[in-house]
Amino acid sequence: MNPNQRGFYTLLKKEVMRFWAVLGQTVSAPVITALLYLLVFAQALKGRVVTGYDGIDYTQFLVPGLVMMTIIQNAFANTSSSLIQSKVMGNIVFTLMAPLGPIEWFGAYILAALVRAALVAAAMLAVTLIFVRLPFEQPLVLVAVFLLSAGCLASLGIIAGLWAQKFDQIAAFTNFIVTPASFLSGVFYSVHSLSGFWYHASHLNPFFYMVDGFRYGFFGHADVPIYMSLLWISGFFVLVSSIAYWMLHTGYRMRK
Amino acid sequence: MTTQSPLHCKGALAVASIIVPLMNTSNLDALAIDAVKKSYGSLQALKGVSFNINRGEFFGLLGPNGAGKSTLINIIAGLNHASSGHIRVLGHDTVSDFRAARRNLGVVPQELVFDPFFNVVDMLRIQAGYYGCGEEVWPWIDEMLERLELANKRTSMLRALSGGMKRRVLIAQALVHKPPVVILDEPTAGVDVELRRTLWAFMRDLHAKGTTVVLTTHYLEEAQEMCSRIAILDKGEVKALETTSALLGRSPFRFLRLKLGEGAPLPEALRELVTSDKAGVIELKLETSKHPINNVFTALRTAGVVIEDVHTREPDLEDIFIELTRDGATA
Repeated sequence: MNPNQRGFYTLLKKEVMRFWAVLGQTVSAPVITALLYLLVFAQALKGRVVTGYDGIDYTQFLVPGLVMMTIIQNAFANTSSSLIQSKVMGNIVFTLMAPLGPIEWFGAYILAALVRAALVAAAMLAVTLIFVRLPFEQPLVLVAVFLLSAGCLASLGIIAGLWAQKFDQIAAFTNFIVTPASFLSGVFYSVHSLSGFWYHASHLNPFFYMVDGFRYGFFGHADVPIYMSLLWISGFFVLVSSIAYWMLHTGYRMRK
Repeated sequence: MTTQSPLHCKGALAVASIIVPLMNTSNLDALAIDAVKKSYGSLQALKGVSFNINRGEFFGLLGPNGAGKSTLINIIAGLNHASSGHIRVLGHDTVSDFRAARRNLGVVPQELVFDPFFNVVDMLRIQAGYYGCGEEVWPWIDEMLERLELANKRTSMLRALSGGMKRRVLIAQALVHKPPVVILDEPTAGVDVELRRTLWAFMRDLHAKGTTVVLTTHYLEEAQEMCSRIAILDKGEVKALETTSALLGRSPFRFLRLKLGEGAPLPEALRELVTSDKAGVIELKLETSKHPINNVFTALRTAGVVIEDVHTREPDLEDIFIELTRDGATA
């Protein structure tokens, strides 16, 4: 391992250790929240909502969307909270003074977010599979959609973490952008059940393609063709990861 | 216990050999600061600062608050961008060759910052990893914990440490990759006497083994005692850059302290030279060319002043510092 690789590996390890130290808050809590959603929505809406998927009941339909919503929120939270905490507490100087380039920063932060998102997703699936039967029709698509989606939100978290100068701004980014976009992404319903404006608006929401593509990985079919979902998510990833990388490269709001 | 030589860790040395193949670095300055300017809007924090620091020097960078010291250190460390100019650490440009420059540098920041998620030893191992150092520096980490009297705190969470303990960890973090150039930005601000002694003993050891040390401090007696050369920065400009002895010798003043007894008051001509008057002891600031000490005593005798005790004092760094940084002073 050369020194640059060791620097990258250390930053990755430190980012994983950071959320691992508060596992109850970073992994257990979102899993329990998502399971409560599942319990409440499945009990309240089972039999009332037409999923549009043959042989798939509402509870089965709900699980992939909830898992993806949790992936989205946790990948974003991991990078954004780490950066804003380091900036506010001032300990970001330790990484800024180190011989780490933007590629090591970017890679380590994104990978640590993927690890946390994978842990949360695995924990959710492990619990729900006890009660809900889920097919895994397209496992490669599942993995691809997971990686791209978590990568998108981890990049978005870097953007938010570097842009924000106080915790309020991160909370605003989460509450006014990430949470609404993830709730309105077809987690709880099929977009075919929506009327004109909302149907078309949903197709402009990148999170919709993440949820829909993830659902395709389980059931082998979804609201839109999988190639369209993969194209949308890949395009969004290129956009947000490029912005995040540029911000790291220039030291945006970190190096004066 | 013997202090290890201040060489790079194995990983960092490997990279240095890749980046500067077969380069003879023996004649390179530890730090070369070339026409560095920094502006924050209309405020010019640094107005084209240039000076070099030799390898193996114990160098003092002094100046009043707002002089530009921390701005300069932050630019060297990569925390700030210079508006123009260049800085090289052992020949490595801090922008175009930032990895090698930073591997050769350790900076103790002025602010008491820490990462609350980690304990002392994990934080030090993480910090070493950033610089490409692995298990080969763990014995050095253990040695630093001993030397900085942190051994019994090695598994304590950083957030649970006192201010003085956190300061010790900051010092260890800066030294963890065994950098040949170390910058201490006010390392003793607000710390107790014990830590100062521990720190200076440790830094003297490292310096004796070849580490270049750059110190900023408001405790001028520390700089006078430790540094072989001093730069005084004021309002973004270098006001003086000399060896400590030359700097102390450049003052045209001497100080005469007198304890006066019952008798005639001080003659009018000498009253304007008084710099302090406490508990019957007065101090006169004498310009050597204008006020030969013999003339002063003649004037006192003629006026009938009774002298109970006499002391003379050479100007110290604080006197020079005040001379150089007062409004309107020229170097």
